[in-house]
Amino acid sequence: MRLIVALMLALFVTPLGAQTALPPAPYADRQIADPALERKAKALMETIRCLTCQSQSIADSGASMAGDMRSQIRERIMAGEQPEAIRDWLIARYGDWVSYEPTAAPILWPLWAAPVLLLGLGLLLLRGRIKRRKRA
Amino acid sequence: MRRLLIWLPLALFLGFIGLFASGLFKPDDRVIHSRLVGQPLPAFSLPAAASDRPALTSAQLATGKPRLLNIFASWCVPCAAEAPQLEALRQAGAQIDAIAIRDARPDVDAFLKRNGNPYARIGLDARSAVQMALGSSGVPETFVIDGRGRIAHQHIGDIRADDVPMILQKLKDAQ
Repeated sequence: MRLIVALMLALFVTPLGAQTALPPAPYADRQIADPALERKAKALMETIRCLTCQSQSIADSGASMAGDMRSQIRERIMAGEQPEAIRDWLIARYGDWVSYEPTAAPILWPLWAAPVLLLGLGLLLLRGRIKRRKRA
Repeated sequence: MRRLLIWLPLALFLGFIGLFASGLFKPDDRVIHSRLVGQPLPAFSLPAAASDRPALTSAQLATGKPRLLNIFASWCVPCAAEAPQLEALRQAGAQIDAIAIRDARPDVDAFLKRNGNPYARIGLDARSAVQMALGSSGVPETFVIDGRGRIAHQHIGDIRADDVPMILQKLKDAQ
């Protein structure tokens, strides 16, 4: 019995030894007490790209820099900053690249126009079909 | 019209193939450059990261002479690899200050003891806040700061031996 307990304890000791000297930033993995603010922060974090693991959002990434970014975003939201202001602050430093939210920049106009164009094309095809059927 | 339209799917298909092929064969560039190059250094004030070097504020980087600002960490392996190059830069007359990212004083002390200490001042950025304010995305990175405290150049990754003349040239250009 004692041996089993000792073995189980040994299991918990290893991860502690592997941690870095520095504890994670205060709000890296802790939610804001106010659920409304936490929702705002979470929505922003899901659309900010992690700089270390470049195909993940900082909400999903385990990288320590992503943890620091989450903590900073939560602290700034708690201080009353608006999510879009924080996004702009990050874009001013890392470029559009850091945000998953598409912007209104001219290079993205085709992206915004695509749904309208595809819908128009669909309607055109539909009209052709209906006309043909009427004739038949 | 109908004749031409029949080729549209094929044309689209080939277009996509071309797009994907160019994406596959283009050299992969995952380096994120700071957008602050050419702009003034953001204001910051950091506590001392090492026992025998003073703390660092942004005002101390605008001294009328170009300087280097090295972003490093004691836990970062390439940072140890670039230490001889930083020492060579210091011997060539470069003024080097540093910011230690997500670090602790005993660790920084041990790192400097092991790899040498080319730094005049070292600030401790425990939560990467100044790193984010600088638009820096990793360690090591080295910023060339001109005499007015503006970012003249950003070197991403460790400084290799053959980068040293280029960094010295950038320092001279920032005069």
